[in-house]
Amino acid sequence: MISPLVLVIATVVLGAGTFAFRFAGPALRSRVTLSDRVEHLMATAAVVLLAALVATSALLADGEFAGVARPAGVAVGGVLAWRKAPFVLVVVAAAATAAGLRLLGVP
Amino acid sequence: MWRTLTTRLGPGLLRDIVLVCAADGLVGASFGAITVGSGLPLWLPMLLSLVVFAGAAQFMFVGLIASGGNPIAAVLAGLLVNARHVPFGFAVGDVFGRGLVRRAVGAHLMIDETVAFALAQQDAERRRAAFWTCGVGLFVCWNVGVVAGAFGGTVISDTDAFGLDAAFPAVLLALVLPSLKDRSTRLAAAVGVVIALATSPLLPAGVPVLLALAGVLVALGGTPDGPRDPASAPQSRSEDAT
Repeated sequence: MISPLVLVIATVVLGAGTFAFRFAGPALRSRVTLSDRVEHLMATAAVVLLAALVATSALLADGEFAGVARPAGVAVGGVLAWRKAPFVLVVVAAAATAAGLRLLGVP
Repeated sequence: MWRTLTTRLGPGLLRDIVLVCAADGLVGASFGAITVGSGLPLWLPMLLSLVVFAGAAQFMFVGLIASGGNPIAAVLAGLLVNARHVPFGFAVGDVFGRGLVRRAVGAHLMIDETVAFALAQQDAERRRAAFWTCGVGLFVCWNVGVVAGAFGGTVISDTDAFGLDAAFPAVLLALVLPSLKDRSTRLAAAVGVVIALATSPLLPAGVPVLLALAGVLVALGGTPDGPRDPASAPQSRSEDAT
């Protein structure tokens, strides 16, 4: 078993590294004025990252196909969102679809 | 305070944020329960949630440690998963406001959901209000959930049974969808999604999502009529809307 001290150090190092990642953007941005074009590109980059997160977390678990229930739930949520359904309905329908399918034995 | 928030955000947006915070609290409870249930000390999930505050990296870290992995490897894996916060910081770094403390606190509260909620708002004032409300709400709910789960045990260890694993991608998808009305953004996202999905089986977690950033180059290159992969769902669905 790993000693508590090692666990604390590992946690603090992970926290410090994560904070450095998070702080880099705001810290650098405060020093320079960005053109509208660069501003737009960075917003695009964030959207691309989020889209990639949606796709990978919806379809994959540990690098393999996540089964049917989760992608089906996300797809139902996606269609509702595209149809401009209320956000709450989108989220609840996605969860209910996945949970319902699992209740029926669908992986 | 509730009334102030309602006027600044509108009842709809506030309700949406509360829903995501509640769901996040449940996942936090499962994180606490799973961590303690796998034989790790009671304080570990709480300390992780306070100082790291990034769900995916925390689950990754604890999973590796609990299965007898090397702590250095666990830290590196967690850092890889969190590297996406660098571009996020550049995208929403202006909403934190001035002053070192505000920037530092804002940076710590920056996670997928807060970034998505901020990006989905049109004007700067609303963007700022959405970011801070979502950030503080998520931080409180996540940590309270983790403490409850760590002490309460395995009552809610399986959030998949509630479909929460489908709820979170749906949250981000709903928030990102309006941004995809822009043709070049949509193309960049489609390319990024294909890259991330194609490289996921081969690379450690976190890296495929970073590689998706190559999609931005497509938007930069300005080839609006370039080839598009129709298999890049679910985002491509929004193309029908325009």
